[in-house]
Amino acid sequence: MSFMKVILGSASAVAFTAVAAFADPAIVYDLGGKFDKSFNEAASHGAARWKKETGKNFREIELSSAAQREQALRRLAEKGNNPIVMTGFAFASSLEKVAKDFPKTKFVIIDMVVNQPNVRSVVFKEQEGSYLMGVAAAKASKSGTVGFIGGMDIPLIRKFACGYVQGVKATAPNDKVIQNMTGTTPSAWNDPVKGSELTKAQIAQGADVVYAAAGGTGVGVLQTAADEGIYSIGVDSNQNYLHPGSVLTSMMKRVDVAVYNAFKDGPTLKTGFNVLGLANGGIDYALDKNNAKIFTPEIKAAVDAAKAGIISGKIKVHDYMSDNSCPVK
Amino acid sequence: MDYAASYLQLLLTMDMTVRLSVALILACLAGLFSERAGIFDIGLEGKMLISAFLSATVAYETNSAWLGVLAAIAGSLVFSAIHGLASITFRGNQLISGVALNFLASGLTVVVGNAWYHQGGRTPTLTGAGRFHEITLPFIDTFNHIPVFGHFYAEVISGHKPIVYIAFLVVPLTWWILFRTRFGLRLRAVGENPASVDTAGISVVRLRYSAVMIAGVLCGIAGAYLATSQAAGFGREMTAGRGYIALAALIFAKWRPFYALGATLLFGLLEAISNLYPNINVFNLFDIPVQFTQALPYILTVVILAGFVGKAVPPKAGGEPYVKER
Repeated sequence: MSFMKVILGSASAVAFTAVAAFADPAIVYDLGGKFDKSFNEAASHGAARWKKETGKNFREIELSSAAQREQALRRLAEKGNNPIVMTGFAFASSLEKVAKDFPKTKFVIIDMVVNQPNVRSVVFKEQEGSYLMGVAAAKASKSGTVGFIGGMDIPLIRKFACGYVQGVKATAPNDKVIQNMTGTTPSAWNDPVKGSELTKAQIAQGADVVYAAAGGTGVGVLQTAADEGIYSIGVDSNQNYLHPGSVLTSMMKRVDVAVYNAFKDGPTLKTGFNVLGLANGGIDYALDKNNAKIFTPEIKAAVDAAKAGIISGKIKVHDYMSDNSCPVK
Repeated sequence: MDYAASYLQLLLTMDMTVRLSVALILACLAGLFSERAGIFDIGLEGKMLISAFLSATVAYETNSAWLGVLAAIAGSLVFSAIHGLASITFRGNQLISGVALNFLASGLTVVVGNAWYHQGGRTPTLTGAGRFHEITLPFIDTFNHIPVFGHFYAEVISGHKPIVYIAFLVVPLTWWILFRTRFGLRLRAVGENPASVDTAGISVVRLRYSAVMIAGVLCGIAGAYLATSQAAGFGREMTAGRGYIALAALIFAKWRPFYALGATLLFGLLEAISNLYPNINVFNLFDIPVQFTQALPYILTVVILAGFVGKAVPPKAGGEPYVKER
């Protein structure tokens, strides 16, 4: 009996290594889930595009709790997946450990910097895109009050807020910006009810354009904005289609491009810093048939001017995370 | 700020308080029924979650928010039955059964939702008759002439969704059932001293099951409120800890219906304040951070539990399965 087991065991081990040799790339989504209509979904689009173009397969994992992060990375690395892409700042501490244990595997972390020789850290200049959203909001607002609703209160989201406020103030210095954060725990990414209430609170204070950078919570923000007949601004993915005629535009963080590039580069990808911004197409705003009517030529002209200014370096957008403070309020 | 504007601000805050309290009120009363009968119910969160999910799916498929509520109640009742089976019939640990239900709801909703709609556990957005809409109460124009009350009536009392009014009616109803009916007397007795109830020839098991089932109905309505009134569809983990806040409110309310109303309104008010005025400046000296306002419900509950303000005494037989003879 035990002899049988040994034979079977070694047979399965052989089969296992044969599979592992393919070195498929892999992606791990963060807690918002693959279909959050936002950040993680954008990442999945990038992976899907790579699969369509190359016809090759990739592995993907969705987490159900924070404790699974390290376990998921380890499992993918052990199975021989290479490179392994993870979406979200929250992976940083897990990756620090796992990257050391698998020096031959290449890792890509999006939205965070991890200093390891086999890690590519992709960060975005969200402040630039948010600045454009601020310009658009200030141009579209009739009341002179615009809103910002963030997810979990972390420096990254404050970076969004800070860029947005700068854009608003540069366009209409007297406009008021109301800022709310949904919460201080990860459940702040998944609370559409609270997002809806925060939107109502901002509307009560006069806001008529609300920018949501809040993952799944943003669904509630966009919904309420549409119900109450004001404009909203989506984030990460193109969210214009969710409520045509109410979503003014979306700040697109081309997470899909980051994932696609990582998959395309394969196991030999270049590690280190990788900063995506307006200049190299990593950040952009969304214009399609759903918002063509409300995104007027006047708004477009102002946004495009700001975009050109940022690319040429004429407009400097302050990065909240560089000194953890924002020059404007 | 002039008087009229600040009065309007006050009304807006109250309006939001009412909206935010409803799910808490219903869940808190659900816990009240259950715990008064001696069954701890930590599974409020899970029951709300599963009923939010069911109400969203059924409302989407049938395009009727009311059918969604019925489905929510049905789903919540099934969970209640499991809780009853584990903790009454099989005399298991009530806390563990409740925690298990929370996990079950959290996993089940996402798995089933993902299999049906492929949106990561989210259900499609509800539109039209699939969600509840605000009702404007009559007499607004009549009352409008009365200076202060007219605005109050139009802003705070009128213009809510149907479940809001149901929730506020359930409070006096609960009081009446618990303190003015024979059933209520027995239900309270079974939470204090089940042996004496049994001696009087009344079935402890039946009473406890009915209490747990009533809790199921109320949790079902609470969950439906979240998914079809406050939001327009179900999202993963959308209850976001409201079931636990309701439990805190229950302790805060010392297991009494009208106190429960007060406690949940207070918690709702604190959330409304944190939504409307994130950072409150005190005499230009310092800011009260929004996190403090958000944490205040829990701080208050701990203070109450520690016995600083009155004493919260839970039902005596709470948490203990009843064994007829030893």
